[in-house]
Amino acid sequence: MSETLERSQTLVAAAREGDRGAFEELVRLTSADTYTLAFRLMGDEDDARDVVQEAYLRAYRGISKFRGDARFTTWMYRITANCAVTQLERRKRHRHEELAVDAPLADGSAERDPQARADVSALRDELSQALQELPPRLRAVVVLRDIYDLPHEAIAAELGITATAAKVRLHRARARLRERLFPAPKVTLPTEEVGTCAV
Amino acid sequence: MRCEELAGMVSTTADGVAVDDWRGRRHVETCLRCQAELVRYRRLLRTLRTLRTDLFDPGPGLVADVLASLEEAGERHLLRSLLSGHRVAYVGGLAVATAGAAGALVIASRSRGRRVPLAG
Repeated sequence: MSETLERSQTLVAAAREGDRGAFEELVRLTSADTYTLAFRLMGDEDDARDVVQEAYLRAYRGISKFRGDARFTTWMYRITANCAVTQLERRKRHRHEELAVDAPLADGSAERDPQARADVSALRDELSQALQELPPRLRAVVVLRDIYDLPHEAIAAELGITATAAKVRLHRARARLRERLFPAPKVTLPTEEVGTCAV
Repeated sequence: MRCEELAGMVSTTADGVAVDDWRGRRHVETCLRCQAELVRYRRLLRTLRTLRTDLFDPGPGLVADVLASLEEAGERHLLRSLLSGHRVAYVGGLAVATAGAAGALVIASRSRGRRVPLAG
């Protein structure tokens, strides 16, 4: 077991007993990680900070109920995702700026440099950018599943949707990212042959 | 079978999830176009997973803000429990006083009933 994990478990045990200092230490240990997830979900620094603050408050209130089956960080991811959904709904009500799920992504193909694409770092940057351009509903699912490895059921529970809906959103999000980062080569075939293969 | 019909399956397969649809599986195994699509999805998922190690700097103020909000929440909680404690004491006192008054009334009425007339 890693030293950090062991330390985290000791702190969680103390926090569950009401030791606020231990909880504060957990905040210091995990805040960057929690903020990173919040920023990925919200795509905005101020909103991400609000989400982090709310997430730790909820965690503080609920720490006595945290059974410790999962890691503290995983528990925090779930709370953060839930707070982000609340914040996104609030933002939607106030700013009316959410993109429609089917709105097309900005096409960056013209600026894409084949040399730079080979570079892993450039690819990661491009992926981060593409993630930020996804509609929040799709972004949340792909971030939680493919980056943070949360199970479909947990994602569905925190986002307030069914597991089936979560899977559909995941497929849509992946398809749009795939199209943006690794577009399929355009092949001109006679109409009846396009996309048809015999089993 | 059309490749488009299998788009969802290809995306799921890239995740390493076993797919029950044997016809679809067989199609992907023999279709170059779907295999190329699978490779693209696998690459996408690999790149997504590398983002897990990223840590964004929240700036120096975030932890302080969180701790301040916890402090405030703790104080609010304390105040609430103090107020509810006072409320319990007040209600308890009121109950004791009411019970006392009722007892006194009962005793008074009994002693009045037992009074024997002296004259007559």
